[in-house]
Amino acid sequence: MTAENRTVVVTGIGAFTPLGGDAASFWEGLMEGRSGVAVLTEEWAADLPVRIAARTAVEPGDVLPRPLARKLDRSAQFALIAAREAWADAGFETPATDESSKLAPERLGAVIASGIGGVTTLLDQYDVLKEKGVRKVSPHTVPMLMPNSPAANVGLEVGARAGVHTPVSACASGAEAIGYAIEMIRTGRADVVVAGGTEAAIHPLPIVAFSNMMAMSKNNENPQQASRPYDKARDGFVLGEGAGVVVLESAEHAAARGARVYCEAVGQGLSSDAHHIAQPEPTGSGVARAIAQLFEQNDLDKADIVHVNAHATSTPQGDLAEIKALRKELGEHLDHVAVSATKSMTGHLLGGAGGIETVATVLALHHRLAPPTVNLDDPDPEIEADIVQGEPRKLPEGRIAALNNSFGFGGHNVVLAFRTI
Amino acid sequence: MATKDEVLTGLADIVNEIAGIPVEDVEVDKSFTDDLDVDSLSMVEVVVAAEEKFDVKIPDDEVKNLKTVGDAVNYILANAA
Repeated sequence: MTAENRTVVVTGIGAFTPLGGDAASFWEGLMEGRSGVAVLTEEWAADLPVRIAARTAVEPGDVLPRPLARKLDRSAQFALIAAREAWADAGFETPATDESSKLAPERLGAVIASGIGGVTTLLDQYDVLKEKGVRKVSPHTVPMLMPNSPAANVGLEVGARAGVHTPVSACASGAEAIGYAIEMIRTGRADVVVAGGTEAAIHPLPIVAFSNMMAMSKNNENPQQASRPYDKARDGFVLGEGAGVVVLESAEHAAARGARVYCEAVGQGLSSDAHHIAQPEPTGSGVARAIAQLFEQNDLDKADIVHVNAHATSTPQGDLAEIKALRKELGEHLDHVAVSATKSMTGHLLGGAGGIETVATVLALHHRLAPPTVNLDDPDPEIEADIVQGEPRKLPEGRIAALNNSFGFGGHNVVLAFRTI
Repeated sequence: MATKDEVLTGLADIVNEIAGIPVEDVEVDKSFTDDLDVDSLSMVEVVVAAEEKFDVKIPDDEVKNLKTVGDAVNYILANAA
């Protein structure tokens, strides 16, 4: 291996999600086919067109000490909790900046993305300004609302000095962060990178704004059935919140310290649609180009792909375009691929989606089990793919690989690939 | 008009709320930044909370002079309405 093309592996995972407050409970929820969606009980939700969402299973304020939590936007709270779990899971006991650390901080990076950033801080502090005046606006507002705040806080937490980054590409942000981190290691900029996505946008303004785009499910009467990717009755996404973070590491570095390795992070495929600011390209051609690029630029066999954690947000157009793209690039092999739409359980975490779905993909390879897609009562006949329904699906023995797809408003397409070691 | 002890206790509650420092550790000779984990941003919060609690105006120019808890107590005692 040259220094410019190093193998990257996953050595730690962390998740703070609507199904559970850590990676283990998140996985358990996925295996049980549990929905994290519920009716919003806040007073402000009562008159909204959409009154359902997937809140995190655990309140971050119950995990973080109050003096720390009050200086962090909810999105950064999620990211910090998930990053701490991933960091410890990778076997690191101290920040890299500690004298006792064997990891040089100059070789450690952090790439944490968010689609919208500190939107609740921004809006809440504007309310403070209007209602209580200039003096009451928190001096922490700017460091809380800036979109790079989760990345910066995770970087501070682990002592990252190789670079802290925040790619922003709406709902592809989390996946783009992980792809960026893979490249940082592959090209030799860092040996270890903490990477993932986070989002905390459950607030009346984003909900109404998405709803007015006709993007969200209004199935307020049946919250747990509202997110139904690939079902004929799908009518939009359900907003979720949370964070998923992984520790990526050069294979060499992981081996040298005897780290437990979940799987290889093979690489990414990227493209953009140049089609519409919010609509998916209906034939899936942009997504197909991202998948094609993944295979062109990485040493990855199509025949090894046995599982796809699909983007599948439960919108009529998007779910179908993605399957068309997979069919175009994988051809008949797609019939042997177990496709899972985990947003049927978690809702759509926007910039956090790529984070938690990468954790789900890594665990699917690790346990050799594909999560079910719930609420698929009446499958759309146009969806010509093997969607995992009901029970989790056993994945084959031997060398297997999986894709994690994420796409964002603006026409961003990110496909990540992982493979067993 | 608050007494010196009342101001100290009140400040200790504020520092506890903002920085999580136990109230008994907030003593007159303690430095906000060096001893009590109150950075420049959190100091603004302490000042705003103190202004409200003790009905006193603490101008921005004055904040840099409030290095210790004792400095703040004395300023508040001298300037409270």
